Amino acid sequence: MSKESSDNGNWKNWLSRQWAKIVTNRKLLPVLLVIGLLLSFAIPQFGLLNQYIVLILIYVGINIILSTSLNLVNGYMGEFSVGHAGFMAVGAYISAILTTKIIPDSLAPWLFPLVVFAGGTGAALIGLMVAIPSFKTRGDYLAIVTLAFLMIVKSLIENIEVIGGPRGIPGITRLTTLPWTFIWVVIAVWVIRNFVYSKFGRGVLSIREDEIASDLMSVNSRQVKMLTFVISSFFAGVAGALFAHILQFISPRVFDIIKSTDILIMVYLGGIGSIAGSILGALIFTILLEVLRPLGMWRMVLMPLVLVVLMIYRPRGIMGLREFRWFVPGYDLIATNLWRKKKEAKDVSTS
Amino acid sequence: MSQGNVLLSIRDLTISYGNIMAVKGISFDVYEGEIVTLIGANGAGKSSTLRGVSGLIPYKGVITFQGQDMKSIPADKIVAMGIAQVPEGRGIFGNLTVLENLKLATWSRKDKHEFPKDYQRVFDIFPRLSERQGQLGGTLSGGEQQMLAVGRALMSRGKMMLLDEPSMGLAPVLVREIFSVLREINQAGTTILLVEQNANMALRIASRGYVLETGVIAHTGTGQKLLGDPRVKEAYLGG
Repeated sequence: MSKESSDNGNWKNWLSRQWAKIVTNRKLLPVLLVIGLLLSFAIPQFGLLNQYIVLILIYVGINIILSTSLNLVNGYMGEFSVGHAGFMAVGAYISAILTTKIIPDSLAPWLFPLVVFAGGTGAALIGLMVAIPSFKTRGDYLAIVTLAFLMIVKSLIENIEVIGGPRGIPGITRLTTLPWTFIWVVIAVWVIRNFVYSKFGRGVLSIREDEIASDLMSVNSRQVKMLTFVISSFFAGVAGALFAHILQFISPRVFDIIKSTDILIMVYLGGIGSIAGSILGALIFTILLEVLRPLGMWRMVLMPLVLVVLMIYRPRGIMGLREFRWFVPGYDLIATNLWRKKKEAKDVSTS
Repeated sequence: MSQGNVLLSIRDLTISYGNIMAVKGISFDVYEGEIVTLIGANGAGKSSTLRGVSGLIPYKGVITFQGQDMKSIPADKIVAMGIAQVPEGRGIFGNLTVLENLKLATWSRKDKHEFPKDYQRVFDIFPRLSERQGQLGGTLSGGEQQMLAVGRALMSRGKMMLLDEPSMGLAPVLVREIFSVLREINQAGTTILLVEQNANMALRIASRGYVLETGVIAHTGTGQKLLGDPRVKEAYLGG
C-alpha cells in the first residue's frame, strides 16, 4: 500500500518535472507559433469552429493588441492614458479610407497588411503629436491631454463630411481574417515584449519608480516616454484597422470614452506591467462579455462590479507585475560568470 | 592633496524655493582628484547645492564643469558629461533587479565593450551585489541598497561622483565600509563631492571641507583642520 502511494508520488513528481521542462523550454515556442498559425488557417478553411466563435477569437486577438499596447503606457510607464480609443479611431479611419476609396477591391486582400501598417503609422504620428506637449510636464497631465485628444478626434471625424461625418464609413470589406489577426497579435506581443526587456524597457520601468532618480542615471526620460507612447499608439492604430475590417462599419460613436474604458478594464483586470496579464485580461473580458450577453444591459452593471471585486481582492490585477516564464528573457549572466571565474582563480592562487 | 585642475567651479550660487533662500551666494572649487565634503545641519543648503549641480533645480550664479557652463543642461545630460550621482535616499529602482539597476546607469555610454570590465569592478568592490544580482532592488537591505547606489554611480563612469548623504540610515559598521570604498574609488582617480551630516566620517576622508550654515559657507579648510577646529567640533562633532 505504502509502496503504491510512493510510486504514485514519484509518478506525480516525474509528471510535474516534465511539465516544468515543457513550460520552460523556449525551443517549443516556434513550434507552438507554427501550430497556432496553421490552426488559424485551418479553422475557417475547414469550418472547425462555427462562425460566431471565430468572430469572438478575432475580437480576442484585437483586444490583446489593445490591452498589451495600453499596458505599456499605463502599466509599465505608470502614466495614465485614456486616449487609446482615439488612436484606434485614427488607425480604423485611415485603413478604411484606403480600402474603400483608394485601393481597388481586387488588390485589397493582398495589400491588407500594408493597410494595417499604414493605420498603425498614422496613429503613431498622431501619438507623437500628443506626446510632445504632454511630456513637457510631469505628473497627471497625460490623462487630461488624452481625454481632450479623444474628444477632439471624435468631433473632428463627426465634422468631416468626406469620411461620412457622424454617419461613419459603411460597407468596408471584411478583410480581417483569423490568420491575419493571429499574425498581428504575435507581432504586437513580440515587439512589446522585446521593448520591455530592452534598455528602453528598463528606462520605462525606472521612470515609473522614480523619475528624478532615473534622470540621475542619465536616462533621457523624455525620449523614453515619447517612444513608449508612440509604440503604444502604433499598435492601437493596428488594432483599429483590424477592428474596422471585421466590424465592416465604423462611425465616431464606436470610438468613444466607453471603448477606452473597456481597454482600461482589460489592462487592470489582467494586471499592470505584465504582458501575460494583458493577454489574460483581454481573453477574460471578451469572453465574459459574450457569455453575459443574455443579461442584456445588466452586463454593463456586472462588469464594473467584477472589476471592483477584483480591485479589492487583487489590487494589481490577475498577473500584476508577474510574467509567464516564456516572456522573460534568459538571464544575462555574462558579467557574473566573468566575475566568478576571476574569483575562483584568485582563491586557487591564494590557497 | 594633489592640486590638479579645477574640475567643478561654483560661483555665487543662489538657490531659492519661493521666498525661502536655501543657498545664499556660495562659491567654491573642486580640484581634480580631491574629496570635498559639504557638511552642516539640516536645512543648511547642502543638498540644494548638490541638486543645483545635478541640474535638478534652477539656480542663480554660475556652475562650470571642466570649464563648461552647466546652466540649463538637463540632469540626464549632466550625468552623461561625467558627473556620476548617488542621489539622496539612494534612488534604487525597487522593481528592477540589481543587475538591471547597474545596467541602467550605462544608459548614455557608447563604449559597450567596456561594460563587462566595469561590472567586474563593481562586483569586486561589493561582492554582496554579485550574489544578489537577480534580486529585485526593493528587496535589498539598506546597506546593500547603498552599495548598489554607489555601484551604479561607478557604472556611469563619471570623472566626478556626487554623493548625497550616503551614511543616512546605516549602521556605523556599514558607514565605515561605504566610506572606505569611497576612499578607494577616489584613489582610483574619481573626484568626489560628498554631502554629509556625519561630519566626523566625512572630514576624516576629505581633502577639504566646507561647513555650511543657513545657506552660507561658515568655515573652510582641510579635513584635518576642520576636525580640529573647536567651533566645528562643538557644532557638528558633538563636542
